Amino acid sequence: MSKRTVEVALGTTGVDAHGNPVTVPLGVGVDAPEEPDLGGEHMLINIGPQHPATHGVLRLVVELDGEVVVRVIPHIGYLHSGFEKLGEYRYYNQIVTLTDRMDYLAPMSNNVCLALAAEKLMDIETTERCKVLRVIACEMSRIISHLVWLGTTGIDIGAFTPFLWCFQERERIYNLQEAWTGARLTTSLTRVGGLMADIPDGFETDLREFCRTFPKTIDEVDKLLSNNGIWCGRTQGVGTFTADEAVDYSLSGPLLRASGVPYDVRKDRPYLDYETYDFEIPVGEHGDVYDRYLVRLEELRQSTKILEQALDRLPDGPINIADPHVTLPPKSAAMSDMEAMIFHFKQVMEGIPAPVGEAYFSLEGPKGELGYYFVSDGTAKPVRWRVRPPAFINLAALPAMCEGHLLSDMIAINASIDIVMGEVDR
Amino acid sequence: MHPSVAALRSQFGDAVGQAHVSCGDTYVYVDPAKNLDILRWLKETAGQDYNYLVDVTAVEYRDVERLLEVVYELFSLKRNVPLRVKAVLEDRVNPEIDSIVPLWRSADWLEREVYDMFGVTFRGHPDLRRILMWETYAEGYPLRKDFPLRGRFSRSEQVRQALNANPEAHYSMEELAIAETNYDLPLDMRDRLRRGERGTVPDPEEKSR
Repeated sequence: MSKRTVEVALGTTGVDAHGNPVTVPLGVGVDAPEEPDLGGEHMLINIGPQHPATHGVLRLVVELDGEVVVRVIPHIGYLHSGFEKLGEYRYYNQIVTLTDRMDYLAPMSNNVCLALAAEKLMDIETTERCKVLRVIACEMSRIISHLVWLGTTGIDIGAFTPFLWCFQERERIYNLQEAWTGARLTTSLTRVGGLMADIPDGFETDLREFCRTFPKTIDEVDKLLSNNGIWCGRTQGVGTFTADEAVDYSLSGPLLRASGVPYDVRKDRPYLDYETYDFEIPVGEHGDVYDRYLVRLEELRQSTKILEQALDRLPDGPINIADPHVTLPPKSAAMSDMEAMIFHFKQVMEGIPAPVGEAYFSLEGPKGELGYYFVSDGTAKPVRWRVRPPAFINLAALPAMCEGHLLSDMIAINASIDIVMGEVDR
Repeated sequence: MHPSVAALRSQFGDAVGQAHVSCGDTYVYVDPAKNLDILRWLKETAGQDYNYLVDVTAVEYRDVERLLEVVYELFSLKRNVPLRVKAVLEDRVNPEIDSIVPLWRSADWLEREVYDMFGVTFRGHPDLRRILMWETYAEGYPLRKDFPLRGRFSRSEQVRQALNANPEAHYSMEELAIAETNYDLPLDMRDRLRRGERGTVPDPEEKSR
């Protein structure tokens, strides 16, 4: 997938034997001019927590030698809300609202992960329609998350136009999300054993229309950026991580795949019948910011493909399992049928008890491997709810990626990690 | 039984405790004194190849009889097999275990989080300090079961501390050491830096004296 043929005649120093200008790949292999001696004095620079280029409330304390980054010390926790502690005081269905607020750029895949983890713990198999709808939710999340990433990274590096295009497309998904769940950001879509709501009328047509027109926008962004001299110069060879380093730092998601490790939970530990969908996992080879960009761009295309397949196979039927201990009865039944009312009351007041045990479930979120680990002691509230936050673990590699780069490259590297502080700090 | 558990038993004998299967996942208890050896063996032995550290976390149970457990979630990228390794920490007050940062760099922040939230000291960790809470946080370890949901201090005490926070405490001593080359730090701060102290808020009364 390498597009490393881009060479730009900027910074040309002369002509070759044939009289053509000598082309130099921007940013790669260009030796910086001799720096004046500053007597080895290092400077301490504080970036954030309120800084647009840190994508949230991330604070970076940077030790600089001239303009070269010597050391980065990230400070996190400004958005720490104690979600894991709060989860220990809530029923499984009540935790859904907490998951929205973690990765708030892709709330629906967080919701789905929670439901699947709780269902793994309780040994519940959901209906076919529910599975397909959850796939749709996951892929819609991936698209909006990658679009935000693409737009904001473009801004960080100096390209404003993709931001507008990406956010325009993202808005269309948000409208669909709003029609489905009633909320744009805090979707709280899933429940243990099913979904909060079925898709509304006209949703399928709108989503099909989105799938039809969206690839054009990707192509436009591709055309604008992939061969763009400035873009390539700012991203190629920046923040390079080899496959071994990426595994050593437990990177996941597009970061890991850009380094050449083809690990994707959808393929390697399939859930929601992902093995029956036809899609490919883009893998990079250089592990730099540019490859991460290419991987995410291709993932947008693949997600659109998965959405189309899911729409094609969407079966009719119920979205919730029929077990009255798990699924809330319809409101009309709860108001008129004695038994339904009792089940309604018991579920709301006592929650759904999970058997003694523990379950770790992970799915391929937009940021990487998102895992939920539940430990249950037989009551309706988990003893321990651990979130394996992909953004947190990916961010831990930032200091190693930045060392020796310029301060402006650090902004590009930080953007390429695609952090969302709600998830990092939880 | 999980093949890796059988291999672990034959390799380490008594250091490997019980193995359980829950919801399709296998987890095995190991001797906390040998966690580093066992994990290194699992990572580096051909045929095991658990080269990807998915997660490090800890669990404390509501049952007061049960001790704190450190949980390592491993995955083999080569063989597509997960394995969960647990170590029970005997000491309730000052739980300690060897750090696995020498094996995986990703354990750095994960262990810092466990230290921050549960108070587990990881021996040999290169930079063990709080990560989600601030360095001078004095209320304890939030995810321990004896920690109340709203925190140990009263709301007014929490507000008072936040308002009285010294801006100096926003930087760790390590970071201030970078700026020290400028020789514009106050003398007392440089003095504390020399003593290797980090991130303590100066007592206002002591200053006035």
